[in-house]
Amino acid sequence: MIVVDIMFKTEIYHQMGFAVLRICCTFAGIKIKHIFMNHYETVFILNPVLSEDQIKETVKKYEDFLVSKGAEMVNKEDWGLKKLAYPVQHKKSGFYHLFEYKVDGATIEPLEVMFRRDERMMRYLTVKLDKHAIDWAVERVKRIKTGA
Amino acid sequence: MATIEEQSKGKNDGEIRYLTPLDIETKSKTRFCRFKRAGIKYVDYKNADFLMEFVNEQGKILPRRLTGTSLKYQRKVSQAIKRSRHLALMPYVGDLLK
Repeated sequence: MIVVDIMFKTEIYHQMGFAVLRICCTFAGIKIKHIFMNHYETVFILNPVLSEDQIKETVKKYEDFLVSKGAEMVNKEDWGLKKLAYPVQHKKSGFYHLFEYKVDGATIEPLEVMFRRDERMMRYLTVKLDKHAIDWAVERVKRIKTGA
Repeated sequence: MATIEEQSKGKNDGEIRYLTPLDIETKSKTRFCRFKRAGIKYVDYKNADFLMEFVNEQGKILPRRLTGTSLKYQRKVSQAIKRSRHLALMPYVGDLLK
């Protein structure tokens, strides 16, 4: 019950508050997991020679990985096949995908290791979103919905 | 060069004297930071079309003395352009982009 309470509160508290909270909890002997949820955004480019099924499978793989680590998916976008501004791995286009999610910061490193090992992945970029970025992300989703 | 006394006697060797000062603008136009004016708080690296306004024809980032961006937002713009380049949304080098 205590753990649930803490999880609820962290949404409001600032990063410094988190650190203090974590120390307090270790003193009190309460184990906490995945409560330091940060807001992240990942854009990645998949190889254009893949078939549609392979792309769906790859995207699903990463999504499942994130969810298994306790991530909360906020937004998913498929930009489709886009032309690249310059050739990457001798290819002139790629499938762009975007994930927006809340997860504990320790999950990012294994995710990027997976990206690096995956030969289907041409490029990736993970960015932590600050409060202005989150506001813009919400606004952006709204604009896309009304525009489409 | 004729002195004022010589000029008053009628001597005038090519020097132009004005009774009223010329209307030359000494102050440049008031510059403004478009992010501050429009209230934009976050520069999005995904919006490559918008970021294109902050690079020259070769794809180099323009200095803020030309774009008028304030220092705070110039840092964000340059960061966004670099991210955008990494994701191949914008070119590192280009020719006749505009």
